[in-house]
Amino acid sequence: MKKGGHWWAWLTFFLGMGYFIIPLVATFEFSMRMKRGEYSFEAYRVVFASSQFQQTFTYSVVAAIFTIILGVLIVVPTAYWVRLRMPYLRPIIEFITLLPLVIPAIVIVFGYIRMYGTNSWLPFLGTTTGTNILLVIGYAVLALPYMYRAVDTGLRTIDVKTLTEAAQIMGAGWATIIGRVILPNVLIAVLSGAFLTFAIVLGEFTMASLLNRPAFGPYMQNLGANRAYEPAALAIIAFLLTWGCMTAIQFLARYAPKSANRPN
Amino acid sequence: MADAFLSIQHVKKSFGDVTVVQDFNLDAAPGEFVSFLGPSGCGKTTVLRMVAGFEEPTAGKILIGGKDVTRLKPNQRNIGMVFQAYALFPNLTVAQNIAFGLRVAGVNRADQDKRVAEMLNIIKLPQMGDRYPFQLSGGQQQRIALARALAPSPKLLLLDEPLSALDAKVRVSLRDEIRSIQKRLGITTIFVTHDQEEALSISDRIAVMYQGVAEQVATPFEIYNRPSTKFVANFVGTLNVLEGVVADKDQGTVKVGEGQLAMKGKFNGHKAGDAVTLALRPEAIALGDYPGHDQKLSGKIADVHFLGSVIRVKVAVGKDIVSMDTFNKSTTPPPQVGEPAAITFAARDVLVLH
Repeated sequence: MKKGGHWWAWLTFFLGMGYFIIPLVATFEFSMRMKRGEYSFEAYRVVFASSQFQQTFTYSVVAAIFTIILGVLIVVPTAYWVRLRMPYLRPIIEFITLLPLVIPAIVIVFGYIRMYGTNSWLPFLGTTTGTNILLVIGYAVLALPYMYRAVDTGLRTIDVKTLTEAAQIMGAGWATIIGRVILPNVLIAVLSGAFLTFAIVLGEFTMASLLNRPAFGPYMQNLGANRAYEPAALAIIAFLLTWGCMTAIQFLARYAPKSANRPN
Repeated sequence: MADAFLSIQHVKKSFGDVTVVQDFNLDAAPGEFVSFLGPSGCGKTTVLRMVAGFEEPTAGKILIGGKDVTRLKPNQRNIGMVFQAYALFPNLTVAQNIAFGLRVAGVNRADQDKRVAEMLNIIKLPQMGDRYPFQLSGGQQQRIALARALAPSPKLLLLDEPLSALDAKVRVSLRDEIRSIQKRLGITTIFVTHDQEEALSISDRIAVMYQGVAEQVATPFEIYNRPSTKFVANFVGTLNVLEGVVADKDQGTVKVGEGQLAMKGKFNGHKAGDAVTLALRPEAIALGDYPGHDQKLSGKIADVHFLGSVIRVKVAVGKDIVSMDTFNKSTTPPPQVGEPAAITFAARDVLVLH
């Protein structure tokens, strides 16, 4: 019976792998066929040479960096404070951070357009900079479930209360405690959240499109609607970027500081 | 105490409807080592946390060096603290951990390095500066925690069960080391523990706590030999309990089993016929006559345990069993179970429990 179970497990594994890898291989194979009668990286060359690719990619990378900064500034102190002083609020905070997963991005962005239009008391959409800021805020909201969970998991591995008190009694204020004690000890978790955020922002379409910003997501969609081989190349590039981020998370997890604040 | 360095005055702490500490008072002299001893939940850690500033008293005042610190934040009190869970910063090396308080205080780098080297020498770990906490044993980590607490030269040192997480051998050696460093630096220290041996061995004075109240604050000798309450008598050391009935309060006579004791002045608050509980430490009792022992009770040997240098003998006196330790002498064989025996003790060593 045990042997049979083993066989089924391998079959399921290979079916899953096939489901995952075959479309990827097919897309890659198709992306190499731009030159008639031979395999080449021509589609990739065209994509990388495109000024639009460079502009939208740069735009999304910059937006991702600001989103990560905003996310860290909001999530780290919040998750820390909830763990330290208000553990009873944890279920509520967890529920709030899960909302972006159940509320579609299109609903959020329409809400933004309605709330922050040129006639509102906070007219973000009145200027390009304002719209960019609103887009970063929107991205930070979309990344919230991932960032919060990553940071909260990191905080769970250290004795937040005792480390805070140890720093406090030695004269440290809140900024020093968060900056020198808490953040360095959850840095790997924060970086995990940051890479997930990076991957989300690079591929995001709805918000950037409806706010009419020149981001990478709308560029990919536009290319997909008008060209043949380049979208396949772009899909592979986007996949490799995401995969690179995931690998970086795994790699960094090895360097997490070993917790020494619990008795042996 | 006129020259108290730490003064805790009528401090009370409640969490909602639950009062954890009620009317706690303590004055500690400069350089004094005071232990808070008591069972779990007695409020000893809460008092310590109020001194540290992690909890705010519901009522009362805390003064350090004559200054009211009751409402000051922990980082404004200039106190050093060692935690049960070490609480070393895992991302910092040993040297960086020790220098943390100095760095926060803005001490320049050269002075930081000098002080770190000095502290590493004091705790006898001069080569460990570059290690990370996870590379150290529990005892080493707690020494580093002590060095880190002392590095900024605090006015007061708080030790919150610092030895509880260590194994027995390390606990004893680190206990002696803490006391020796404390004496050398002359720093006023509060030590929280539930281990009576620890408290008795290193303290100048002990505050025995129970249900949020300091039952007795006294030297280890007084706490052990002259416990002021039934709780202190039972909590600290081993105690033999004898049930008796007052025969004559003026003569101080009391009937215990078949025998009678005469201890004038011990039962002034009682009347004839009152049941009383008498207590005696095992080492206050001798088998047979002994110089200075003016009280005698007869019984039978109930049990004998040969422990090498010591023989633990249990004697049945009426319905009570009295346990006592005698030194092993090669010339005298141990008593046999069932033999008649007489136990003697001094009236001054008898405690009347309330």
